[in-house]
Amino acid sequence: MKRKHLLGLSDVSAAEIAQILDTAEAMREVLSRPIKKTPALRGKSVCTLFFEPSTRTRASFEMAAKTLSADTSSLTVATSSVSKGETLKDTLLTMAAMGAGCFVIRHPNSGACELAASFSGKFGHDFHIVNAGDGCHEHPTQGLLDLLTIRQHKGEIAGLKVTIIGDLLHSRVARSDVHGLLKMGANLTLCGPQTLLPSEFGQLDLKMTHDCDEAVEGADVVMTLRLQNERMNGVFLPSVREFAALYGINARRLKRAKSDAILMHPGPINRGVEISDEVADCGQSVILNQVTNGVAVRMAVLYGLLGGEEN
Amino acid sequence: MKILIKNGRVIDPSQNLDAARDLLIENGVVVQIESAIRNPQSAIEFDAAGLIVAPGFVDIHVHGRTPGQEYKEDTATLTAAAAAGGFTTVCVMPNTLPTIDNRSVVEDVLSRAKSEGNGVKIHPIASVSLAAKNEQLSEFADLKSAGAIAVSDDAFPLQDADFMRRVFQYARTVGLVTMLHCEDTSLTGGGHAGVGRGGGVMNEGVVSTELGLRGMPRVSEEIAVYKACALAREVGNKIHILHVSTRGGVEVIRSFKAQGVKITAEAGPHHFALTDESVRGYNTNAKMNPPLRTREDCEAIIGGLADGTIDCIATDHAPHAAHEKEREFDGAPFGIIGLETSLAVSLRTLVENGPLSLPQLVEKMTTAPARVLGLESGTLQVGKPADITVFSPLESWDLNAETIRSKSKNSPWLGQTLKGRVKATFVRGKQIK
Repeated sequence: MKRKHLLGLSDVSAAEIAQILDTAEAMREVLSRPIKKTPALRGKSVCTLFFEPSTRTRASFEMAAKTLSADTSSLTVATSSVSKGETLKDTLLTMAAMGAGCFVIRHPNSGACELAASFSGKFGHDFHIVNAGDGCHEHPTQGLLDLLTIRQHKGEIAGLKVTIIGDLLHSRVARSDVHGLLKMGANLTLCGPQTLLPSEFGQLDLKMTHDCDEAVEGADVVMTLRLQNERMNGVFLPSVREFAALYGINARRLKRAKSDAILMHPGPINRGVEISDEVADCGQSVILNQVTNGVAVRMAVLYGLLGGEEN
Repeated sequence: MKILIKNGRVIDPSQNLDAARDLLIENGVVVQIESAIRNPQSAIEFDAAGLIVAPGFVDIHVHGRTPGQEYKEDTATLTAAAAAGGFTTVCVMPNTLPTIDNRSVVEDVLSRAKSEGNGVKIHPIASVSLAAKNEQLSEFADLKSAGAIAVSDDAFPLQDADFMRRVFQYARTVGLVTMLHCEDTSLTGGGHAGVGRGGGVMNEGVVSTELGLRGMPRVSEEIAVYKACALAREVGNKIHILHVSTRGGVEVIRSFKAQGVKITAEAGPHHFALTDESVRGYNTNAKMNPPLRTREDCEAIIGGLADGTIDCIATDHAPHAAHEKEREFDGAPFGIIGLETSLAVSLRTLVENGPLSLPQLVEKMTTAPARVLGLESGTLQVGKPADITVFSPLESWDLNAETIRSKSKNSPWLGQTLKGRVKATFVRGKQIK
């Protein structure tokens, strides 16, 4: 990879995405070995900076870095000086002064990773930024692991009918998926109530519908998004019950998709809301494959950014 | 002391003048405008060959930040920035610390203008309510007698229609114009800095959707403009709509003006020259309230300036320190500086690439804003104070942090080459250096 940072998939080309996915396949092989360790990033320092709670993304990045033999450190907002009012700039520069060469950042504000990247190389410290989810903007490694999962199950992504259902307004996962899937040539359908599906998405080369049955019809891939609790306050949706009825994926609805369709969810699942129990655990669900692929994709990204550099 | 400004093209919309003239100033007052005035002995000559000689520019919407936030702008830097941009009169908004809501704060602003300023005239605008809480009227009559030029809710937009109606009735009683920030905050999430976190931070549209930032829909302005105009029609007071940013806003004002309602309106250079595309990259110097809109809105504002729906240009000069803007887009304060770029940006957008003539643009920056608030400015008539701006419409210059005179550098045009430069600014006949 020739890039310094991974801030989103909006500016990553199809060729670059394919290259990351190929590298991730090789990383999966490493992960299947009895001793899961390669020296590829020995001597490199990766710092995870999480300004928002996360279990799987953070653990996944740390596992990825450790498998590649990088040194890892982590900062959580509740225990750091950020709670004393330290700015993102000062937090970054402080950690960079301690030797961190790569920051994996999760942040509640959209654009925080662009801001972080703007400080690299300016104050005597040079570092890489990997976006682990910023506000409602992007979550590029989730987008990549979704692409990898689809590719593994379906071979070619181009030409597949992919449907994304749920809260597209607030979802950073959805934005990265949309960028990635369109670049790879998928036929994309977005589905949700108008309160959660801004009409502006219609400017892109995709279909939009408020009817979930229509959206799922004939799909190769059905992706559902997590409905965050703070959205269930009666303003965006009248109730969880009504959302589940209109947009939840159950066995009946999944039958409208192709018989070999796969069902995806970025997790954590609200069982009985976005996905019913019966389909979450059925053979078409690839949710746990997504998790495994997450480690491989993050290894590929870290290796692509940091590998081959002088220590 | 006498000054003779020779060989310029004098444009004074207040007397419908656009011609080659010389202009003689004596004791701070314009005493003669003629072709080829012979230099009386002792007059200092200023050669304005190839330059425009206009009334000093008037900006009726400026955030002076003093008292209370002198780290953003103080009276010395404010007046320096104003003079650099050709402004001889600025009206400063009440969202200071403390709020301009009583006589003593008005007097403080005026006394600092005298002791710390460079001569540029400062007129305080008072808050419509105590501490800008929009709960209790401030003492309009006392504020007016202390020197407040108008009342405003800027930065803390009035929401309650009943309170707005009382403000209008009382302002009419006292004889003050009410300057309104028209925003229905229930639609924008009360986006203004200080009002609440989690609100909209930019225009709602394609760009906000892509960037994952909360949008402020354009209809939030249109609804608020309609409400204010309808109440003003009923009360019969004078209102002035601040920083019109949407096509809907322009159309509502046009329709109420056609009914004879006493409304005036202003637009800022950024709102007719830039769109929300400028926010890409999370550029906090493109964050202000109302936010940058779309091309369609820019065109509607330009049309409104051309047909008189929008009376004047005002910058909404809003200085913020570097450390405040150098942060997450959501958390950065709203506002950009504008005094030093208004002429160049307006020339390019409205005259060079737009429908206005040069005299029409001069009017929008001088006579028209003065008329909105009844100021004795924006004219070169014989006998009036010699507030004069001399500028080159052609000279190019680079805008950068080193050349900006304002204490803050938060401009969306930073690093750009601009065309149209102020060469000299005179206030009461004295050249401001």
